[in-house]
Amino acid sequence: MSAATSLKSKSRRSFLQQSAGLTIGFSLADPLALAQDAAKPAPLPGSLQTNRMLDGWLRINGDGTVTMMTGKIDLGQGITTALAQIVSDELDVDYKRIKIISGDTALTPNEGVTSGSLSIQDSGTALRFASAEARDILMQAASAKLGVPTSEMTVEDGNIVTAAGKRVTYWEMADAGLLKREATAKVKPKPVSAHKLIGKSIQRRDIFPKVTGGVAYVQDIRMPGMLHGRVVRPPSPRAVLLSVDLAKVKKMPGVVAVVRDGSFLAVACTREEQAIAARVALHESAKWQEKGDLPPPGAALFPHMKKQRTNDTVVSQKTDAAAAASAAKVIEASYTKPYLAHASIGPSCAIGQFKDGKMHLWSHTQGVFPLRNDLAKMLRMKETDIVVTHHEGSGCYGQNGADDVTADAALLSRAPELKGRPVKLQWMREDEFGWEPFGSAMAISMKASINAGGKVVDWNHELWSHTHSTRPYDPDGCNLLAAWYIADALKPGPSRNIPQPSGGSDRNSVPLYVFPQQKVTNHLLVDLPLRASALRTLGAYANVFAAESFMDEVATAAGADPMEFRKKHLTDPRALAVIDAVVAKSGYQAGAKSGDGKSGRGFAFAKYKNLAVYVAVVADIEVDRASGEISVKRAWAAADAGLAVSPDGIKNQIEGGLIQSTSWTLHESLPFDEKGVKAHTWAEYPILRFPEVPVVDVTLINRPEERPLGVGEGSQGPMAAAIANAFFHATGRRIRDLPMTPERVKATLA
Amino acid sequence: MAITLNVNGKRRSAPAASPDTPLLYVLRNDMEINSCKYGCGVAQCGACTVLMDGRAIRSCVTPAKSVAGAKITTLEGLGSAEKMGVLQRAFVEEQAAQCGYCISGMIMTAAAFLDTNKNPSEEQIRGALAGNLCRCGTHSRIIKAVQRAAKEMSA
Repeated sequence: MSAATSLKSKSRRSFLQQSAGLTIGFSLADPLALAQDAAKPAPLPGSLQTNRMLDGWLRINGDGTVTMMTGKIDLGQGITTALAQIVSDELDVDYKRIKIISGDTALTPNEGVTSGSLSIQDSGTALRFASAEARDILMQAASAKLGVPTSEMTVEDGNIVTAAGKRVTYWEMADAGLLKREATAKVKPKPVSAHKLIGKSIQRRDIFPKVTGGVAYVQDIRMPGMLHGRVVRPPSPRAVLLSVDLAKVKKMPGVVAVVRDGSFLAVACTREEQAIAARVALHESAKWQEKGDLPPPGAALFPHMKKQRTNDTVVSQKTDAAAAASAAKVIEASYTKPYLAHASIGPSCAIGQFKDGKMHLWSHTQGVFPLRNDLAKMLRMKETDIVVTHHEGSGCYGQNGADDVTADAALLSRAPELKGRPVKLQWMREDEFGWEPFGSAMAISMKASINAGGKVVDWNHELWSHTHSTRPYDPDGCNLLAAWYIADALKPGPSRNIPQPSGGSDRNSVPLYVFPQQKVTNHLLVDLPLRASALRTLGAYANVFAAESFMDEVATAAGADPMEFRKKHLTDPRALAVIDAVVAKSGYQAGAKSGDGKSGRGFAFAKYKNLAVYVAVVADIEVDRASGEISVKRAWAAADAGLAVSPDGIKNQIEGGLIQSTSWTLHESLPFDEKGVKAHTWAEYPILRFPEVPVVDVTLINRPEERPLGVGEGSQGPMAAAIANAFFHATGRRIRDLPMTPERVKATLA
Repeated sequence: MAITLNVNGKRRSAPAASPDTPLLYVLRNDMEINSCKYGCGVAQCGACTVLMDGRAIRSCVTPAKSVAGAKITTLEGLGSAEKMGVLQRAFVEEQAAQCGYCISGMIMTAAAFLDTNKNPSEEQIRGALAGNLCRCGTHSRIIKAVQRAAKEMSA
């Protein structure tokens, strides 16, 4: 939830001025400036490192509230509720007193992008230390005021009380500027035993407006005089607009402005249905020159990918010649994963307002600051003249059209005919399917050797993929769709990989298993004809699907039970614990035969990014041999996310990952040909429906003494492999190419 | 020509709408009702679902004029933030949302379904919601929320 809920009747400035006890003028520390002040700023935990001022995170208000500011945003995972739980515990204030401002270039810390399951780790850690320190500062101030040592005072819900009954409240000290100082992180956060809300499942704040028709999404914001906008995209990537009859469309009912800037086209109208009609008319009148330079679709894509220009890196290498020489059997297999769409239920939407030389945008971007950086490049404006305010949108699962629709709204809002009126630009369904950046297709070759004792002595993982991150804020380009089509066009940044240990396309390609010899090679394709960027898990979904399918294949070759085979190669006790937990909960029996050719049970495990949540999965499936349909009946997951700040929130994420992955794994593949994307509606990109959804069961291992680990992307990879392994268990055949469609199942069984 | 509709028990007028304006836009833009959502515009996803005389319809493909004589119910008609209806409460209790963009459509579809089936099986609930898409994978919680509401309604 961001601050932009009451925009209808108030301008942003008056909203700010009316907020009780709020100091205007923010100490958003510039890390560079700080670096100049002090030669070497002391390292601070989490995002405090880059946002060092306490009042950049917390404000104590005279009206008995606390304002918590975070650069991380809600995108369906309920993160701000969990962050408020942390503040409530560490600051000793009732949770209900906490107001949340998230993701606003004018108001909050710059925490980059909300991605990678890092919010608790980055923002949660910062807020935990900031709150502990703020509490201490307030206690010290109270001590000075009351003449009583802090050791003789207690604090409950913002009331500081001495043993003798003297008291002072946080709220009385609101105006003293006590938090206008750099954090030191020298005040220890509370021990687990003192937590009241951390570790409890409380109802998420964002759900109330969502189930009662409140202003929950950027789509729901209305402003006085607001217009409705639509964008008119080319028929295919890199097409050039040759001609369009603007005059005709300008005469249509309700049309206020039509913007043509090079090959960028958009329209603003008084009413939404008028904008839709004008968009159709522009589409009909526009003549384009198309390129037709996309890669070949279908099975031909993967050999094509292997022939492209690549940047090759050896991601991991371990050599043990003696062990490798003991190889008794060599196993090889290749796996593929197609392009996937984020396919948000609500197409992307943004509001833009350009007034007096300043631009204000309301956006469901994952990163208000990085987006502002690229907007400034595209608009040829100063960053300081642009404000980006986050407001939630439909779930994004990575980089959907959020940033791009914001750029579209910005370009449209500058039309002189708008005279400073705000315009809400809503992408149509086909805009989202056609123009979101997709999750890259991947090809993976696996090779392993086992010795006579049935242990892996050599392991090779080789992958081909496009980049998995082309988000805004690239130093060598502008990663906004519209920027590539305007007359004064900018180029996208080059293909880059997120380096290990997180990794991008190579995420989770390095085995967590202990093998004496191993080599992981990443072939990152240099050219990007079909736009790709971050889709939940990045490369991990395909890498875990391949590696955990292959682990089953190797176990089979070794004559071992797949679950026990994995345990034999693991030493991390927490990995072993989640495996044991899921085995206990599902009743997995090692060595159990299926036998009937129709029903099977599969197992898989991964530790996301090799540094976040541990997840082990068991899946039960049924195969209809006649129709080729796979039905995932049940799935169990056991997860260890360290300290569980919000146990139900974690379960919700893990459950969602199991179900979303079932959809990816059984159904999804982006249709395209050399000219363009062929998905326009849900008919061309079907996803999982209710009757097909597995019954899911999540066991959480809480480790309050361990630091919290990211969970949002932990179960997708293991679920895909568990389904594949269950299919093998059921049928004795293996599907190595995703998705596992009925056609593919029938071909595999034939 | 103004459109006048009966929405959530009140007569509401949309002077600037045309007869063929989709009901979705009349509700969202003229009547400032937030709950029904644009998702696909072609009745494939269910995010725009509202009730017409108790029946679940897709407001994105329904011309406003065609429902002029009917009783339209949106999520707001089931209860408010202060006084939530049974289904809304059940969705909160089960925390049956991630992004929540589909949830209004889910609740409205469930409302129409529970009106005709007081004691549904899980399979029937799944069948009733088969036309509503969820992308976050919240399905299992949505099913539990509908089961909880059904139980409460029949209690």
